[in-house]
Amino acid sequence: MRNLLILVLLAAFGLMLYPIISEFSPNEGLSKVSEYYATPANVATINAANLVTAVVVTYRGLDTLGEVTILFLSAAIISFFIKAKESKRKLRANSEILITASRLLLPIIIMLGVYIFINGHLTPGGGFQGGSVIASAVILLILAFPEKPVNRKFLDFLESLSGSVYVAIAAMGAVVGLGFLDTTILPKGSFGHLVSAGAIPIIYSFIGLKVGAELSNILSQFRSVQSE
Amino acid sequence: MDYIALTTGFLIILGGLWALLSHKNLIRIIIGFSLFDTGTHVVIVAFSYIRNRTAPILDQTIAIDGAATRITDPVPQALVLTAIVIGLGVTALMLAFAMKMHKDKGTLDVGAFSDQKN
Repeated sequence: MRNLLILVLLAAFGLMLYPIISEFSPNEGLSKVSEYYATPANVATINAANLVTAVVVTYRGLDTLGEVTILFLSAAIISFFIKAKESKRKLRANSEILITASRLLLPIIIMLGVYIFINGHLTPGGGFQGGSVIASAVILLILAFPEKPVNRKFLDFLESLSGSVYVAIAAMGAVVGLGFLDTTILPKGSFGHLVSAGAIPIIYSFIGLKVGAELSNILSQFRSVQSE
Repeated sequence: MDYIALTTGFLIILGGLWALLSHKNLIRIIIGFSLFDTGTHVVIVAFSYIRNRTAPILDQTIAIDGAATRITDPVPQALVLTAIVIGLGVTALMLAFAMKMHKDKGTLDVGAFSDQKN
């Protein structure tokens, strides 16, 4: 009976969604806003090869600031909920393969994460993606060396430092440049090279550090209560 | 089957909804939420696709001049990036809640928490 009800509900929902597919016609061109972002003059002003990054960090920079705040908020709530009391756990020794492989892979994964967020204005990727890759390295660390404590003070420090630098750079735009989060306050550099796009690579690198530290913090908190 | 990504997105949404409704285990319900989330992301990106155009990243093959006629819409992609990060925060929060609830009652079955309904 219950399953039948669920099926009926799902069928109704699917039926509701069906016209969206059947009567969907793809866009013929960019929307007005995107066309404005893609005009040569505006691309040259921002000077970022990756237009998505230009939208995320510059045009909709306030959104990104709010996003970083939400991530911080959820990390804060989780650390409020989970009282970390490190209790000794009896653990089976990890296999030699896992330990050796993670010794080899950890620096490489962290380097890949840093590469992704430093090149966020040139290639697909950016602060959030790079930060997540760094956090995946921390998962590997926790799995391979469960006895090793994660230095949470350092993570907290890194997180608040990069958050403050992000807001400081954004506020500098209001003082020196055209407004809050104006990324053209720094020299533009040459299009398509690492040093280009004004303050975007700096902002995105700090976002990457902040996201990486925050996610690592959440993960290490989840680990500390695993024994329960 | 013109719009494979769009259809897939809607199917993922339906799958997530099914997982939400039919399971009693909290972890599975959270997985259902995540699936629903992912499905909407796929749908939003699929909506912004324009035929025969490429990713909004300019390089040697796509010059700055005339870029507007050769790239797909960057705005929905940026919005989805935001949505993914927020979804991650929400999922982490839900998992923390689930852990707290498990600590309270020693079970993950939603039925055991009916006393918290009112």
